[in-house]
Amino acid sequence: MKYLLIILFSLLSFNSAFSEENFDNFLFKNSKLIINSSSKTVGTFLEKINVYDQNTVSRFLNLWKNKKLFYIKETKKIVLISKFDNKTYYAIDIFSNAKIGKKKKKDFKKIKPNSGVRAKIATALVNFQIFSNDKNKRINSINALEKKILPEHLKLLRKAFLLEEDDRLKIKIKKLLQFAILQHGTDDKEKIKVLNELMTNTSIEVRAVLSKLLRTSEIKVTRNIEDLNNLNIAQIIKPEVISKKQFDEVIKSFFYKEKLKLSVIDAYKIAQKNGFLDKRVSLNELKIILENNIVDNKILGIDIKEFNENSKRIEVYNKLAKIKNLNIYRDETELLNDLKQLHFYKIYIEKNKYITNKTKQVLDSINFKVKFYKYLDLFIDGLSLSSIYFLGAIGLAITFGVMRVINMAHGEFIMMGAYTGYVVQSYITNHTLSLIIAFPLAFIITFIAGVIMERLVIKHLYKNPLDTLLATFGISIALQQLAKNIFGTQARPLTSPSWLDGSLIINDDLSISYIRIAIFVLGVLFFLILLFVMKKTRFGLETRSVTQNPVMASNMGVNTEKINMLTFGFGSGIAGVAGVAIGLFSKVTSELGSEYIVQSFMTVVVGGVGSIWGTLAGASLIGFLQKFIEWFNPSNTLAAQTYMIIFIILFIQFRPRGLIALKGRAANDN
Amino acid sequence: MITDMNKSIKKHSLIFLITIFLFTLLVTFLSEPFGINFISTSFVKVLGKTLCLCIAAIAMDVVWGYCGILSLGHFAFFGLGGYMIGMWLMYERTSIIVLNSLDDSQLPFTEIELQEAIGNQIFGVVGGTEIPLIWTFADNLYFQIIFVILIPGLIAFIFGWLAFRSRVTGVYLSILTQAMTLALSLYLFQNDSGLRGNNGLSGLQNIPHLENLSQSTISILFLWLSSIGLIFSFVIFNYIIQSKFGSVITAIRDNETRLRFFGYNVEIYKLFIFVITAIITGLAGAIYYPQAGIINPAEIAPIASIYLAVWVAIGGRGKLYGAILGAASVSLLSSWFTGGNAPNIPLGFFTIEWVNWWTVFLGIGFVAITIFSKGGLIGMLNTLLVKIK
Repeated sequence: MKYLLIILFSLLSFNSAFSEENFDNFLFKNSKLIINSSSKTVGTFLEKINVYDQNTVSRFLNLWKNKKLFYIKETKKIVLISKFDNKTYYAIDIFSNAKIGKKKKKDFKKIKPNSGVRAKIATALVNFQIFSNDKNKRINSINALEKKILPEHLKLLRKAFLLEEDDRLKIKIKKLLQFAILQHGTDDKEKIKVLNELMTNTSIEVRAVLSKLLRTSEIKVTRNIEDLNNLNIAQIIKPEVISKKQFDEVIKSFFYKEKLKLSVIDAYKIAQKNGFLDKRVSLNELKIILENNIVDNKILGIDIKEFNENSKRIEVYNKLAKIKNLNIYRDETELLNDLKQLHFYKIYIEKNKYITNKTKQVLDSINFKVKFYKYLDLFIDGLSLSSIYFLGAIGLAITFGVMRVINMAHGEFIMMGAYTGYVVQSYITNHTLSLIIAFPLAFIITFIAGVIMERLVIKHLYKNPLDTLLATFGISIALQQLAKNIFGTQARPLTSPSWLDGSLIINDDLSISYIRIAIFVLGVLFFLILLFVMKKTRFGLETRSVTQNPVMASNMGVNTEKINMLTFGFGSGIAGVAGVAIGLFSKVTSELGSEYIVQSFMTVVVGGVGSIWGTLAGASLIGFLQKFIEWFNPSNTLAAQTYMIIFIILFIQFRPRGLIALKGRAANDN
Repeated sequence: MITDMNKSIKKHSLIFLITIFLFTLLVTFLSEPFGINFISTSFVKVLGKTLCLCIAAIAMDVVWGYCGILSLGHFAFFGLGGYMIGMWLMYERTSIIVLNSLDDSQLPFTEIELQEAIGNQIFGVVGGTEIPLIWTFADNLYFQIIFVILIPGLIAFIFGWLAFRSRVTGVYLSILTQAMTLALSLYLFQNDSGLRGNNGLSGLQNIPHLENLSQSTISILFLWLSSIGLIFSFVIFNYIIQSKFGSVITAIRDNETRLRFFGYNVEIYKLFIFVITAIITGLAGAIYYPQAGIINPAEIAPIASIYLAVWVAIGGRGKLYGAILGAASVSLLSSWFTGGNAPNIPLGFFTIEWVNWWTVFLGIGFVAITIFSKGGLIGMLNTLLVKIK
């Protein structure tokens, strides 16, 4: 079927079928063009070969491009060669592959097209390869077309769309054909049909093509408003006096996208360039003219010290202008009057009004869908930031949340966990295996560190939380400096396994990196483990009893000292494990922990001290809130953090016990 | 008995004030411009800065050691004071430079041109040319001095009123003050905060209108200013503490609930102490930063405020001269050890380099003091003295 069509096409469009022999003749006639090809001459040659059989031509072009061709010096015949012995080669016909003679090596010469020529051949090849029998060749040519569609490709794509039998390729060709029609088509009805088809497609390519349709000219100016009637006007612009940025404008630009504004001075420049108005003297030019006329520190007999106001400058300048026959200065309100007779506008490059309107409509409907994905993306951003905050705060949920111990060195436990991951990774190169080892190892190390700290320091200070705060701060700075001494100040990498690279791509607007998914999963996992330990195990029960009423607990046979020690160790261990996870997405430095410490405390306080659910709620609130504030002003994450903290300070005024407040007796012991 | 104690405290205070005065006098006679040129100008500046830190430390001692509010935000007030005075120093100096750049062939600036030129000079680094609204009064020294008092005072008032009103106490209050400090420093780190982002304000050591004086003379001037500031704030705080008001705030520290039952409006007392210490700290900052020459948001980071608490705790809280001892000794020792001047200790198998290890020992030492000696260095000295007697 396909071949039939090809033959049919060649019959129809080329009037007569040219045989290979004809092409051979053609080549022979034009061999000089091929041998001495330059990027200037090759174009006309490539146009001429369009009429010959496509398979043959594409085979020839490929050989030419890949520098496989030779010619016989004597006859200028173009051939392929194959070795007979060291000094003699066969000449081989390009098309029939038949040996057509044996000649000495020096009788042949290689044809070396330069890079410019090769590029031209490659574009021409697209035309031939798109109809090739080889599917890979067709795919290559289509991929090449994707990068840039030229007007001449439109015809080609129409033909290719008809001929293509592979379904997936056909879809691709259809897309390219649509783009080509929109960009280079001449039939407006066809364009509108394509626009209707594209209504549901939200991909970035489509948006790019559509916005190309809405390209506008630069600002133009006319005196007659009737001139505008027949044009496809994009926008009519009124010049205005634009003062310095004012407070209300700052607010406005924060909430609305700024529309195009045209200052009086710019408008005047455009009008002047188009010959509608005289040249105008700007304040700066006026100043320079005045300065050029200073004589003995005076201008027209007036001391230059007096020229510290614009009104004075203008007054003297106008006097000077009369004497020297210069243009008189006109201020902005006067300019505005001059400009009132003129109309400033922009037109669409596309002339058909119906098409631009339709495009706008399609773009609007696409943008609506895109907006939805943007919100979804914002939500996912919030979720992953929340999981990061949750990871940072989860150890504190136990040491501060349950035990009420202010541990300023909590951040340093996170750091220790991250460094453990780094050290393990430097010994075990398999990233997956090293992570599997690093997680429990980090837990063990920070658990031990936590237990030691509890035994040596915190035990003595249970009655005085403020002193605990300071003592643990001392430990914090000591540990931080120690880490600096051991690992240096530069950031250490903790690389995630390769299966966590990349991201889950849903469409052009929405993709979630696997590491974010992993962090989220880890956060949920930690939460469940913590909840299980605290609510369902004997250890959790004893911990809760000791924190609620140590005397009663010890009366019931609970070893309070041991439980305090183990709980603190457990909280620290969890912080260490979280540290490994945090190290995966941020650089491991000695300051890693201190970046998280304040936010972590805020998370626990906002959520409600004493409740693991509270920590979850706090992390969610803070994470989503920060992303939400960032959304207003995406360029400025620092401002978002500032406003978030101010919000938290205010929030605590109204809910001092946090989102999820403990009720009953347990709530009263602080 | 109580009068005896008061007498002894008064005696101690007097001795202390005279010591500060004599110390300043001594440094002056050892300095380059007024004496035998034994102490370098940079060291005079270090001493002057240390005196300012001592002012912040006694303020911290009053709010924490006497009133029991562990504020982790007082260094933010210190920085704010520095920013307020820095605005004037920078604006005035830039404006002098800009005006001097004109020659005879040029017209004098109009008001707008002058503003633009100054704005360009100051805010060029953060990509702006306009002078932000908060700099409206930067050309007026008196207004900026009022702001040195007003801004830290106002922030302390609003924050304190909110916090004390909802009865946030203890460690929660500490965390909240720390959050306030973090918010402030993050805000100042932005380029469009109007205070030059992380570049901060610089060139503050060049005092406008005092161009004729050398830096060594200026350093002595500021040393005296710092010393007078310390004496002045010591006297004020001492007076507050000795008064009945002082007994009330000490009682708040010891048992806030009981005092509330007695009918005292605890919040007002706490708020007053919080605000007055913030103001004095701000003033100290305003004297400190012209000596330091540069201020940037990193100075306000939460850790600086914690260090302030550490100094007070090491020196001995609940004693004003304890705070001064702590601040002076720890800050001077820190700059000596981390400055690379201290001799390293070779242990044979390992050499202790002070640049790297000082912070570790400071941290450990601080933990030890917190656990074993609540009174800090002064407490230890007192116990020693009692034992000797």
